[in-house]
Amino acid sequence: MRAEARIGFILLLTPLVLWLGLLIVIPHIDMLMISLRERISFGVYEPSLMQYDKALTEPLYLRTFWRTAVMSVLATAITLLIAFPVSYYIAKMARGRLQQVLFMLCLIPFYVSELVRTFGWMILLRETGLISNLLQWAGLADQPVEMLYNDAAMMVGLVYTSMLFMVVPLVTTLESLDDSVVEAGYDLGGNGLSVLREIIIPHAMPGIVSGCIVVFMLSLGNYLTPTMLGGKDSLWFTEMIYNQFIVRSNWELGAAFGFMLLVLSSVIVWGMLRLTGRTLQETMG
Amino acid sequence: MTPDLECVDLVKRFGDTTAVNDVSFSVPPGSFFSILGPSGCGKTTIMRMIAGFLEPTSGDIRIKGGTVLDTPPNKRPVNMVFQHLALFPMMTIADNIGYGLRRQCMAKAQIARKVDEALDRIGLPGIGARKVDELSGGQKQRVAIARCMVLEPDVLLLDEPLGALDLKLREHMKIELKALQAAFDTTFVYITHDQSEALVMSDQIAVMNAGRFEQVGTGQDLYYRPDTPFVAGFIGEANRWTGRIDRVEGATLEMRTDTGLAMRATAAQPLSKGDAAEIFVRPEAVHLAANAEALAQFENRMRGRVTSLLFNGAASRVLVQDDAGETLEVTLPQTGEFASLKRGDRVHIGWGAAQAMCFAGAA
Repeated sequence: MRAEARIGFILLLTPLVLWLGLLIVIPHIDMLMISLRERISFGVYEPSLMQYDKALTEPLYLRTFWRTAVMSVLATAITLLIAFPVSYYIAKMARGRLQQVLFMLCLIPFYVSELVRTFGWMILLRETGLISNLLQWAGLADQPVEMLYNDAAMMVGLVYTSMLFMVVPLVTTLESLDDSVVEAGYDLGGNGLSVLREIIIPHAMPGIVSGCIVVFMLSLGNYLTPTMLGGKDSLWFTEMIYNQFIVRSNWELGAAFGFMLLVLSSVIVWGMLRLTGRTLQETMG
Repeated sequence: MTPDLECVDLVKRFGDTTAVNDVSFSVPPGSFFSILGPSGCGKTTIMRMIAGFLEPTSGDIRIKGGTVLDTPPNKRPVNMVFQHLALFPMMTIADNIGYGLRRQCMAKAQIARKVDEALDRIGLPGIGARKVDELSGGQKQRVAIARCMVLEPDVLLLDEPLGALDLKLREHMKIELKALQAAFDTTFVYITHDQSEALVMSDQIAVMNAGRFEQVGTGQDLYYRPDTPFVAGFIGEANRWTGRIDRVEGATLEMRTDTGLAMRATAAQPLSKGDAAEIFVRPEAVHLAANAEALAQFENRMRGRVTSLLFNGAASRVLVQDDAGETLEVTLPQTGEFASLKRGDRVHIGWGAAQAMCFAGAA
């Protein structure tokens, strides 16, 4: 019986170990090794910190790195601001069927691929697009308006893509808030703002933090949206990684970029948890 | 003296259903007023209207003489202790109690002093830094009351706050609540479906049924002099017979039950010969005896057989089946006289006409 239980345990554990090992640990170790070497000539490599040196001194690389970080944080903040009232409405104000329908409406855009969704935005925002034509028809613009290929368009795309991942954890935590606790907040003299600040937000904090972490990571690692909606100036760090690996075949620098992104996301997530005084265990558990 | 709380012709309809139907009452300052009724009778609706979470369809609510209909819940001089207390789990006990004071923009030092005073008052000094989930049920209860009382409301509303507690603690909290009410000297309006909570604590009780007040009075009034058959059946236990009135002699009357027994009772409302009627007799009003002579002074006498003994300490009962086949509940005297009573024993039972209340029955 004991031996059988052990075999069962091993069988259950194997896929996890294989997945972690083959897809995450081994490639990352390999990436780290690649990033820490320098190509001397064909097939000849030497250990070196040159790639990191290059990445941290070249202004374009550094600027893109920080821009990506700041824009991702901004996208996360905007997503939170939009998703919070939506989630509150779904979780606390909507009842029965309406609640289910609204939740489904948040989910439906995700039935199609991200590529198709992004093309949807391009159809709306391009020079000959729907909004441009509408503005001309209404007499608000006298020539076609180009709304694509800038930071605003990219931000719209990022927020739209991440919305669901913020709404789901928020709805879940807000649903667990007892209505009478909110009523007690008002009954004891609180107004909308103080009830929100002292009762609703502290209660929703686990959902806010986990939603923010997921959205931030998704934005930081997004490739499609910044490439398609962003302009010349909206270079995203993932695009640079792609360029190094695929266009320039410079795996060494690409691997170094990859590691910088990993460190960046870890540091920001850690900072976010520190700032809100939560542990990863509390947030994910 | 202006009553602390006054409801005038209060009506609340939800669509086609009338939850509260033309209810009027007033609560004098410093008293403990209970609204007692089965679940779904509309008592919580009344409370939510007083607190301001629901708007009455018509009627008026006045606190210390002034109408509060246009005052939002956060500005009303009433506070509410919720059914599940609704303490704020994200705050410490001190922050919970200080929440309302912070809303009044009171200075921090003064809030701290008031919170400490309140904790002393409820007999839990020094627990301010603890979290809500570290407290026991009874402690939470007291904190919930303190959280409202620091705001010195004109009226404190309590919505079945003892419902979640276990029996022993509930008994204890009944006495404690009454003591707290005396200590804070504030008007309490208490909602419950548990008659013993209402009877023990209240100065005045309103019995509510299907959106209406059946009777308002002291516990004794409701128990000994119920106005309606609903009150007689709802407050305390009662044996009940239905039948038709045979004879009327002033306040005393005789009814022929559906099973053919003749019974004498006191009319609780005017009745005349031939009316359908209902008689209520409390189990403790029925006397047990071994022979018929001992019951000679009672107007109603019967013989029966013990079908069951329901032992419950001081509240023990005997089920007696009379010769007509109906079962009565009789309180078992704890004087030792009937200690050897057992199933199947023949007994004599009797009760006075003054202890039997007769109401008009459904025709």
